[in-house]
Amino acid sequence: MDLIVLTPFDLSLSAILVLLLALLSYRLQLGVGRRMLIAAARSTVQLLLIGMVLKFLFSQSDPFLIGAVTLIMLLVAGHEVMARQKHRYIGPWAFGIGTFSMLISSFSVTLIALVVIIGVEPWYSPQYLIPLLGMLLGNTMSGVALSLDNLSRSAWEKRAIIEAQLMLGAHYYQAIGQIRREALRSGLIPIINSMSVAGLVSLPGMMTGQILGGSPPLDAAKYQLLILLLIAFGTGMGSIAAVYIGSIRLFDERQRLRLDRLRAARD
Amino acid sequence: MADLQVRGLGFHNLPPLSFSLAAAELVVLSGPSGCGKSLLLRALADLDQNQGEVSLGQWQREQMSGPDWRRRLGLLPAEPHWWLNTPAEHMPEVSAESLAELGLPAEALGWQISRLSTGERQRLALLRLLANRPDALLLDEPTANLDQANSLRVEALVRRYASSTGAPVLWVSHDAEQRRRIADRQLLLDHSGIQEQPWT
Repeated sequence: MDLIVLTPFDLSLSAILVLLLALLSYRLQLGVGRRMLIAAARSTVQLLLIGMVLKFLFSQSDPFLIGAVTLIMLLVAGHEVMARQKHRYIGPWAFGIGTFSMLISSFSVTLIALVVIIGVEPWYSPQYLIPLLGMLLGNTMSGVALSLDNLSRSAWEKRAIIEAQLMLGAHYYQAIGQIRREALRSGLIPIINSMSVAGLVSLPGMMTGQILGGSPPLDAAKYQLLILLLIAFGTGMGSIAAVYIGSIRLFDERQRLRLDRLRAARD
Repeated sequence: MADLQVRGLGFHNLPPLSFSLAAAELVVLSGPSGCGKSLLLRALADLDQNQGEVSLGQWQREQMSGPDWRRRLGLLPAEPHWWLNTPAEHMPEVSAESLAELGLPAEALGWQISRLSTGERQRLALLRLLANRPDALLLDEPTANLDQANSLRVEALVRRYASSTGAPVLWVSHDAEQRRRIADRQLLLDHSGIQEQPWT
């Protein structure tokens, strides 16, 4: 069974649907129409570009070139985590926390998958490395960003409650404990939900892709399961890293709450 | 028994402040609103960044962690906050007598925080603070929302705590009557600094 190749016309049809949605958003005054169009345009350009880059990359086996590509992917993911914060950390911390957490959530897990689980030879073969890493970065990013956003936003809003506990002699980890737990939970709920309904309600993207590409459904299911489990682990590790580093950064050496290390929200 | 020594305390945009409180001494702090009285208490409790030396008895604050220091230097803010459902969940055992001393029934500890009046919250917050047995008290208008009878109860309780434990008390009050009633000494804070205020 061969993959039916999509023509530019097919893609234009789906683009018209997004245009309609943007128009609707404008009529309903939702205020996201512009952002929706920009995001759609971005994904068009980015996906076509990455298609070409991958085509070139798969014919290469230079580890430095592959390394450079993964580094760019990581930095963009770190930037994206930062961009989704309502109250960003000031200075290099916003980008640093996001990037480090993405490194934990994706690179380490991808490496485990390639070396230990799948056993690719050499482990940096781009056909496996790049899609796996991309999938992990993309899917763990939302969890990490959600957790970090939830942490900084709650700390900002619940300043009085945190300080009330500090006044009574609480340590910083006691005063922020509840907020920390809620932030972590908010980051993990989406992946828990998608694991729960995988196969029942949703056929996840990777499996759909493989089936459309002609793989036997059971093989596709196994890969999808592997990915889901890795995403769950990566999201958990990345969110924990983000929330712990983030919450420590909210206090100084005298364990004072230092909201001046966050930027006030725009809008 | 511990005295509170403050040397060159710098915070906000005030000039460095120096003053001291003897053990068991109750000192009232007054001054125009917005001059930084609450910020002074926060700086003493090391909740905001500040410079200078603060010591309590033999202890310099740098000798202990922030939480240990704040446990010893108990701060009661003007608007105490609660984060659990009932007062009881916020504090260790509090005796029915001390509740009664503040005019609260023994069941008060089980009341829903959201249903407490401002005055009840203020009095319960004082009990919550005293349950930590701090070595010094920083009270930010602790009777602002109380009627005369309850204000007198709070004054008596704080007085007795100070004389039985030797804790110095720095009490922010806008009420001239009250200052006359309770204070051993008066301090006045304004933009030029802090000074002894003679009785008039």
